[in-house]
Amino acid sequence: METIKIQGTEDTPKVILDKDNDLMEISGRSLPEDVTSFYEPVLTWLDEYSQSPNKKTIFNFKLVYFNTASSKLLLDILMKLEEIHEAGNDVLIRWHFPEDDEDMEEAGEEYADIVDVPFEQVSYSG
Amino acid sequence: MDNKKDVKGFLEFVYEFYKTMKAHEITLVYEGEITHQITKAFTSLTESNMAKDDEPGNVQRKVFHVMVECLQNISKHADDFMSSDFLFSGRGIFLVSKGENEYSVTTGNAVDNDRIEELTNMLETINKMDKDGLKGLYKTQMKEGRLSDKGGAGLGFIDIKRKTGKELEYHFLPISNDTSFFLLTSTISRDDI
Repeated sequence: METIKIQGTEDTPKVILDKDNDLMEISGRSLPEDVTSFYEPVLTWLDEYSQSPNKKTIFNFKLVYFNTASSKLLLDILMKLEEIHEAGNDVLIRWHFPEDDEDMEEAGEEYADIVDVPFEQVSYSG
Repeated sequence: MDNKKDVKGFLEFVYEFYKTMKAHEITLVYEGEITHQITKAFTSLTESNMAKDDEPGNVQRKVFHVMVECLQNISKHADDFMSSDFLFSGRGIFLVSKGENEYSVTTGNAVDNDRIEELTNMLETINKMDKDGLKGLYKTQMKEGRLSDKGGAGLGFIDIKRKTGKELEYHFLPISNDTSFFLLTSTISRDDI
């Protein structure tokens, strides 16, 4: 299946969706001018991936900033992952946050409350 | 001769304007159309100024959050308003001030009077809510709220109150029988963080 690699910019996150190498990551900053069209390929990719997911799916979020419009789309992504999990597959979300960023940590906790999927909070320094 | 006088008057105005800005500790002021490019430019400018001032990371992050949400509010809503009055159509004012203990982010844009009630209700509801209430409302809006065609999900005001922990101060000033100028100011205090 096709691999998605999008370089991060000052207002859009880096995105890696690589089924063959078990890499799924969204990182950096997210305040795109048009959130819906930015995340559309990600959601489409996940729809296709959900047809035949890997044995274990680990999805990494390592965002340093996202705006409220992005928060809605991130939830849409998490809900797709929840569906894959509900279909009986092994799924893990890793939510990375800077150790001194309580708001980002809390955002992860909130998503973990909303979606029913194994969720791991990972703090990092710097 | 008249022209010379006008120029002098204008320059005197600029000096007064400068003094007023200083007195109100305004570090950034902009009038005009708010685009995504402007949003990027202002946030990165303020960010580098804050970094230069060795502002703590959490203060920087909160100011950044509030600026983005405020700017996006205007950019999404200012053009809802179609006015033949060039003074108010599709534009707004945006300013950032930096006091000893706080940052303020203020926006102003024209709105139709029939939106005042809705905005007031929304802001009053958010202002009355405590931390847990806001968290619940944010979650609900994220789950149930739909993105409008302009990308708004009704989450901006909730997010600002959550990030600042302070009430959103606002004011409507009449422009005409149908329209008002909507001013909103958010404060990020260093002491609370």
